[in-house]
Amino acid sequence: MTVTDAAAEQTADAVASALEVDHVESHLHPVSSFDLADHPMPTGREEIWRFTPLKRLAGALDDAPDDTDALTVETIGDASYVVGTLAPGQHPRGAALVPDDRASALASRHAPEAVHVRVPADTELDEPIGHRLTGAAGKRSHRHTVIEAGTHSRATYVLDHRGSGVHAGNVEVVVGDGADLTVVTLQDWDDDAVHVGTHEAVVGRDARYRHIAVTFGGSVVRTSSNVHYAGPGGDAELLGLYFADAGQHFEHRLFVDHNAPRTKSNVVYKGALQGERARTVWIGNVLIRKVAEGIETYEENRNLVLTDGCQADSVPNLEIETGEIEGAGHASATARFDDEQLFYLRSRGVSDEESRRLVLHGFFQDLIRKIGLPELEEKLTAAVEDELARNVAGKVL
Amino acid sequence: MSTLQITDLQVSVDTEDGPKEILKGVTLTIDSGETHAIMGPNGSGKSTLAYSIAGHPKYTITGGSVTLDGEDVLAMSVDERARAGLFLAMQYPVEVPGVSVANFLRTAKTAIDGEAPKLRTWVKDVNGALEKLNLDSSFSARSVNEGFSGGEKKRHEIAQLELLDPKVAILDETDSGLDIDALKVVSEGVNRFREREGKGVLLITHYTRILRYIQPDRVHVFVDGKVAESGGPELADKLEAEGYESYLGASV
Repeated sequence: MTVTDAAAEQTADAVASALEVDHVESHLHPVSSFDLADHPMPTGREEIWRFTPLKRLAGALDDAPDDTDALTVETIGDASYVVGTLAPGQHPRGAALVPDDRASALASRHAPEAVHVRVPADTELDEPIGHRLTGAAGKRSHRHTVIEAGTHSRATYVLDHRGSGVHAGNVEVVVGDGADLTVVTLQDWDDDAVHVGTHEAVVGRDARYRHIAVTFGGSVVRTSSNVHYAGPGGDAELLGLYFADAGQHFEHRLFVDHNAPRTKSNVVYKGALQGERARTVWIGNVLIRKVAEGIETYEENRNLVLTDGCQADSVPNLEIETGEIEGAGHASATARFDDEQLFYLRSRGVSDEESRRLVLHGFFQDLIRKIGLPELEEKLTAAVEDELARNVAGKVL
Repeated sequence: MSTLQITDLQVSVDTEDGPKEILKGVTLTIDSGETHAIMGPNGSGKSTLAYSIAGHPKYTITGGSVTLDGEDVLAMSVDERARAGLFLAMQYPVEVPGVSVANFLRTAKTAIDGEAPKLRTWVKDVNGALEKLNLDSSFSARSVNEGFSGGEKKRHEIAQLELLDPKVAILDETDSGLDIDALKVVSEGVNRFREREGKGVLLITHYTRILRYIQPDRVHVFVDGKVAESGGPELADKLEAEGYESYLGASV
């Protein structure tokens, strides 16, 4: 090596360090670690916990193993893609997810055998696969699921949560290059359930990842759905819909880490709130790193507040370290019913109550029709109709 | 046989400076089979008249009465008025994202009739109505008014008029913003409605242009919240030639 080369290398190091290529000082990018000691019990003052009602978590953040028979697991669709289990550190477990909060660290620590779902390269599945988890009342469960979509595969994985209890769940997603994977997570828990979940995906080169979160039930449901990229050209779409009734706390936290050039992300979450102390929190974090030139990102959260006594928090955060991008934006709106919409419908003879139901139906349908999976769209439409029938019908709003 | 009777109607709106009187005693009788045109300059209160009859919450009725076949319209809720047989084609129809035209029309028809329309004939009726207004069949899958052009919104309003089949239709500046082809299509729709037995039309417009396609029985000049002059179709010709200036001069 000549002196000139060494100098050039030093300069390159200096530039790299100045560019903070590897490390970003940002609250959007918390310290990740498998070690529970790095994730002490939160006090509620931490940025990532300040919205969560810690007292209502029913010990979800305690360091304790599963209760016996806490969770009943059924397989959805073709079970042959559930290929086995993975110990901590056994590849690909850990390839995408390193816990960045206590809930995730616990789910990892107390799930010695992660469920391994693998769709082989070039395989296209027409029918969804997945798991239905039913929690037992008063019992604690942990689960870690690894979903591996091989290169150029196409599949939909559904994780359906119902029942009761206290559940901490990690979903680790590795989307191979050119793959097209949709992960649907349904939170249709009983009214007393507590769920803390982390869904972390790494999206391969030119791959497409779609994450669809639907939260209708539970006492406290807090999910962190995160995405980063393994190469340029990845496209992530994160869709969510939720309907919080009296006393329910639904918290959806999202983090898209644009750590590769020419990647895309689109986040749309829509929710309705109704009843005393119905509470929703939406945190939409997007980080665009220096290296992430030519990326495109948009995030949107809309809340419809149906009654007095509800609270919707909506916090979009966009941190941009390069201006060399296609576009970055966000929108957040929390509102009551639009009087002009209701007037228009009522002027066509539709009753006040039916008009509200129709507007709400449309509010969610607007999102559901973006899903592009007819069977799931129908199922969600039916679920929304059911929710509307149960909650909006017969009540004076 | 039905009659919309508006008697000495007075309406105000709340403004930052307190209530402001917009309608200052409007009296009109629209019998079935009749088309009345209300013409007037901007700000004369034409749209306020339309929205007050339909029951928009923004307007406060301070005096007078509106009856449809003797029933007190002002005592009815917005949707009751529609079910009683009133229809308002709006100047600025509202977007309802996520609600398809098909769903919207069926919901409205069910509400108006008190029972769901028979599926087979209904689909035919809807497609027929849309087709006659030059709206293709993909239109019914779109969200109500979302992304519609100005002309599509107006044609959609008239499609509703034909499908919901009210007793009395109030058309609030349905002609504004339409090119001549769209105006003809919309006018033909209104005329098809008028040909039905016992229908009344209150046609609110700023321009005489639409009256070449929809021949009114009566023309009322509306200035400063009341009817300044009433007459036959020839009054429209006078307005075409002279404009509103003589009325505005008189009212100052």
